Amino acid sequence: MRGLYVMALALALVASAAAPVALAQHPSPAPLPRAGPPPAEERVEVPPPPFTDGIFPCTSCHASLKVNRVRRPLADMHGDIVLTHDEQHRWCLDCHDPDNRDWLHLASGEKVPFEQSYLLCGQCHGEKLRDWRAGVHGRRTGEWNGHKGYLLCAHCHNPHQPRFRAVTPKPAPARPSAAK
Amino acid sequence: MDPEKRPPPVSRRQFASVAAAAAAGFILTACGPKRLRELSRERLAALLEDLEKDYTKRFGTAVVVADTPPIEGVTFAYALDLSRCIGCRRCVYACVEENNQSRDPEVQWIRVLGMNKEKGIDFSESDPYYQPAEVPEEGHFYVPVACQQCRNAPCTKVCPTGATWTEPDGIVVIDYDWCVGCRYCMAACPYGARHFNWAEPTIPRDHLNTKTHYLGNRPRPKGVVEKCTFCIQRVRAGRYPACVEVCPVGARKFGNLLDPKSEIRYVIENKRVLVLKEELNTMPKFFYFYGT
Ligand code: SF4
Repeated sequence: MRGLYVMALALALVASAAAPVALAQHPSPAPLPRAGPPPAEERVEVPPPPFTDGIFPCTSCHASLKVNRVRRPLADMHGDIVLTHDEQHRWCLDCHDPDNRDWLHLASGEKVPFEQSYLLCGQCHGEKLRDWRAGVHGRRTGEWNGHKGYLLCAHCHNPHQPRFRAVTPKPAPARPSAAK
Repeated sequence: MDPEKRPPPVSRRQFASVAAAAAAGFILTACGPKRLRELSRERLAALLEDLEKDYTKRFGTAVVVADTPPIEGVTFAYALDLSRCIGCRRCVYACVEENNQSRDPEVQWIRVLGMNKEKGIDFSESDPYYQPAEVPEEGHFYVPVACQQCRNAPCTKVCPTGATWTEPDGIVVIDYDWCVGCRYCMAACPYGARHFNWAEPTIPRDHLNTKTHYLGNRPRPKGVVEKCTFCIQRVRAGRYPACVEVCPVGARKFGNLLDPKSEIRYVIENKRVLVLKEELNTMPKFFYFYGT
């Protein structure tokens, strides 16, 4: 018994001594998810992005407009968009691609289509993306043992105001005293 | 009793014939009606057909009563994300519609408990009757409770007629034709998940879900106990339970506990998971977790 204990202690010591080395040799972080179609095994079925009617393609207006990178209240168009999503640090062109408005872009500059906007969201909300891929964050449609459907982040969260709005609850159950 | 309605006095002869019929009935029962799993295919088919005819006549619309069997290698389990649920009760009403629960008197298989964040999960502090203008309310969280589908289910052990049991896919079911309404199971259930039909259940005709399962959402008579079956009529056909589909925040997860790739297994392996009243050793297959 005692021998076992000593051995365990020794092992623990060796392990702790080895730990910094292991840390130093830690491989560089995995590359960011690439744009373009994701590999087949992680391809997820999602309905098309929830665009406001008639707003896409963005280039039908933006192609002929000069890119204005100045942070400003939007006066001519999109005045209805209120940004409450880390708005101190971000602005339209941090997510929307300035050169081609029909695309989004990652922090690396890599372009992603609206159909894969989850890659953009996942840059900050990595653990949510992981849970979403596993079907645990967000709603699921389809079948538990067959074809599974996902929704895009933007189907439930307004990307400009991602926090859920409060809702009216359905009626409370009848109290036993109300029984006839 | 109203003297007009009092039954006419019984003559000796009538009594004797009724007694004889009762005795014959008893003998027939002893070797006659069998539990569902003991029935031959033909008798079961005939039984389902009779039920279908009866319901169809009663509700004036074609009703299907299926007996879809369990799927090999599947044990169903459920997980609910306490960090997401906003207490909106959409699940309660989706369940009522899907499972043909009585509207009057009101029967609801899901009960959403409003909880105080400062008290944690404390049933004595919970309030199922909350009704603010908007949810979630500041300082509150919500714990929806329905049948916990225990692996060590106290309810099935106390039933004197064997009307309730655990199916091979883990769903605890009730045969309403065998339930005598003694309500022992309701006393045994620590989760208040079983409900009794104190009066003849009423379901508006146009709200009847006509796709039913014998052990699930087929219309019930007065005087029997009922409860959540994980939507047996849906899940044995591969679909998600109605509450999973309706939940607006995606708090509800469902799948096969035996499939390492299922959402349920991911939750159990990666999240903080709890079961209600763990100390009772009921071993629920309904898990609560914190998704954040
Ligand atoms: S529908 Fe979802 S969010 Fe609403 S009470 Fe039910 S579990 Fe909670």
